[in-house]
Amino acid sequence: MTSRLFQFRGGVKPDSHKTESSETPIVHVPTPSRLVVPLIQGSQGGARTIVTLGDKVLKGQCIGEAEGATGTAIHAPTSGTVTEIGRYPMAHPSGLASQAIVITPDGEERRIIHEPFDFPDTSRDELIFRIQASGIVGMGGAVFPSHIKAESEIKTLVINGAECEPWITCDDRLMRDRAADIITGASILGRLTGAQQILVGIEDNKPEAIASMMEAVRSVAPIAHEYENKITVVPVPTRYPTGGEKQLIRVLTGLEIPAGTHAAKSGVQCFNVATAHAVCRALLYGEAMTSRIVTVTGNVERPGNYEVPLGMLIADLLAFCGIRPGSNRVIMGGPMMGFVLPSLEAPITKGSNCLIATSPEFFPPPPPEQPCIRCGACAQACPSQLQPYELYWSSRAKNLDGAKRYHLFSCIECGCCAYVCPAHIPLIDYFRFAKSEIRARDEEQNAADRARERFEFRSFRLEREKAEKAARLAAKAAETRAKAAEATATTHAASGNEAENGKP
Amino acid sequence: MSYLFVILGAVLVNNVVFVRILGLCPFMGVSKKLDTAIGMGLATTFVLTLASGTSYLIDHYLLVPFDLDYMRTLAFIVVIAAIVQITELVIHKTSPLLQQVLGIYLPLITTNCAVLGIPLLSAKESYGLLESLLFGFGSAVGFTFALILFAGVRERLDGADVPLPFRGVPIAMMTAGFMSLAFMGFAGLDRFHH
Amino acid sequence: MLAALLVMTGIALVLGTALGYAAIYFKVEGNPLAAQIDALLPQTQCAQCGFPGCKPYAEAIASNGAEINLCTPGGDDCAHKLADLLGREFKPRGAPVEKLKTVALIDEQSCIGCTLCIQACPVDAIVGSAKQMHTVISRYCTGCELCLPPCPVNCITLEEEPRTPQNWRWKYPITGLKVVT
Repeated sequence: MTSRLFQFRGGVKPDSHKTESSETPIVHVPTPSRLVVPLIQGSQGGARTIVTLGDKVLKGQCIGEAEGATGTAIHAPTSGTVTEIGRYPMAHPSGLASQAIVITPDGEERRIIHEPFDFPDTSRDELIFRIQASGIVGMGGAVFPSHIKAESEIKTLVINGAECEPWITCDDRLMRDRAADIITGASILGRLTGAQQILVGIEDNKPEAIASMMEAVRSVAPIAHEYENKITVVPVPTRYPTGGEKQLIRVLTGLEIPAGTHAAKSGVQCFNVATAHAVCRALLYGEAMTSRIVTVTGNVERPGNYEVPLGMLIADLLAFCGIRPGSNRVIMGGPMMGFVLPSLEAPITKGSNCLIATSPEFFPPPPPEQPCIRCGACAQACPSQLQPYELYWSSRAKNLDGAKRYHLFSCIECGCCAYVCPAHIPLIDYFRFAKSEIRARDEEQNAADRARERFEFRSFRLEREKAEKAARLAAKAAETRAKAAEATATTHAASGNEAENGKP
Repeated sequence: MSYLFVILGAVLVNNVVFVRILGLCPFMGVSKKLDTAIGMGLATTFVLTLASGTSYLIDHYLLVPFDLDYMRTLAFIVVIAAIVQITELVIHKTSPLLQQVLGIYLPLITTNCAVLGIPLLSAKESYGLLESLLFGFGSAVGFTFALILFAGVRERLDGADVPLPFRGVPIAMMTAGFMSLAFMGFAGLDRFHH
Repeated sequence: MLAALLVMTGIALVLGTALGYAAIYFKVEGNPLAAQIDALLPQTQCAQCGFPGCKPYAEAIASNGAEINLCTPGGDDCAHKLADLLGREFKPRGAPVEKLKTVALIDEQSCIGCTLCIQACPVDAIVGSAKQMHTVISRYCTGCELCLPPCPVNCITLEEEPRTPQNWRWKYPITGLKVVT
């Protein structure tokens, strides 16, 4: 169908380090002694607890209802008892705590009984509601709620199996081992969004995954039958960051998504392969999202891909995989976009795709930073076609407006600029800093505007009340005066009459 | 042709800031941001052109006939200040947009040295009305040009790794010095004039 | 000599008259500057500047030339912005105010429902009625502390907004010392 591939500008080719973890099948991790399930798992909102302390829950039972239109539900990853609802540190660069439900498993893994779900006879709204109620969010790492994306109406559906970041292989392994479910999920998403074609983009450094997916497309009849022969697996050249949403869309369709807009506006929508898999499990088998595949690699005894119940503590998972002594840090996500975990006592969440235990041999400390000489290497590598050296200059000087003028918010933080920088400047750190400062400043500005509006309305209200009170008093005074005048008039008249009467 | 040289000479060869070293207070003071530099430049262009014209009229029709050349400085100050004030009042009332661009800068430059110096110079050169206007306008464009260039450099300096003792005004002074040196390069343009 | 005196007096008279008339004819009602100043103030409506709110303070700066460094929540940053806008000399505010955003919290057990705090709140962020428990809409609260003094039972406290991964900010990158070889 699409015979021609396109190119995006920029990008880099780091060492892939995929084979360390990609050669063994997915391993089921036994349920640990404690699971910590955070309430907020999506990027646009969280869930509201619907269980109380001491409740017995079954595997797959909803324990947190989606809050608002953009929140997503959470479910018990195993059967057990709710033993605590409190604040726990999160797998987040800040290491700050967030509200979570703690479940102590009973080890029986009793599942909630799912009602049979008849996909072809269910309305679109019901299906989209199911996606939200099953707690499905984008599993590539951005955790954007999938039901919002599925609501859009588009022409081309892109399934993202590029997995361009080094070290990570969870999508690769998923495509090799569970290709049929991914294809089924893709066809369901295709029907929801009304797409005319489905393109599965896979980087050509994963030949096994490509073969397995092509085989699945040939052999599995898609549940949404209109996609027979309309699903194409497209091998794409290996170049980081092909797996970025805008980059993959560009490569597959040639479309350039305008800055500041969503892909849906251009008639394309992009889902990760793991998200398609989760949609299939949720809508055809009624399984809510309770586990995910996590790549554990780097300085560990048994690197590989693990199916981990959500809420398992990272320390427990690393112990299970045999973290080697001498590991100095653990990176969540890949080496390009990931962050160093401040604490290993944080739980695995829906967006945790990879853990890399680092040691000085694997990841030597970066050479010292040198001054920027504006060589422009970063601008050539930037896949968003920005000028990172200008962004860096403004961010460093805390010139937030300047950074905004150079389109800081088009930056996808892919790390290409920092990777190629000959002066070893941690550019992404500066951009993240500037972005969060701008967001905070905008929030403050909004709060100030709100306060000004309310203060002015209050002043207006007080004025009005004063005027009304004055008017009331005046009316009352006028009334009394009128009454008094009337009274005097009558007395006058009376006395006048009297006087008249008294006149001889 | 000579009009062109009046303008070119005022903008580049005898740049009011870099060569004549006039109008340094706004040049150092209002050049921290590009936006304010542009506003200041526009306001100065406006005032300076106006001042050149009125000063010529005062000089030609009042001072010279009565042989009062020695009163120029005094008379020019009074007239320019008053004219600018009146203009500001008019703009304030009639054009909110112009007021937003020029408003806060107008009072600042009523009698800055460039605004006074340029009419005095053109009186000394005994320019005609059109030449005076062109000379005033050209000088102001030169001023704006210098201010915008300098503001651009200073915005960049904000992010630069300047050694502590040189931060702020010292590095700005040095930059101004280098730019002044660079403008000396235009001196050769004068050759075509003669 | 006489000519000089006459000419200068003449110029002064003409210009003076023109200026005087211009001031009357082109008088502008309202002060657009006040709105610009107001936009720079933090809108906590805390009245710590001595004026009954941010807008009154802005008007005072614009018309009476009140000092530009009176805003406590805005701190030196705000004074700098005002100095830039007005072309005035920056005056330090004193010790910089670096505190986290705070929000008033009413201890609902001790609240007697006197409505005094409701009247004190400059942004109508407290709801409740007489003899009923009051509560603060934390989204609208500016942390101005104006509700603290009127409360007869001292049941209002200011709580710092908790730090969560959602409102956390990335730190300015600290670069290690350079190794000079």
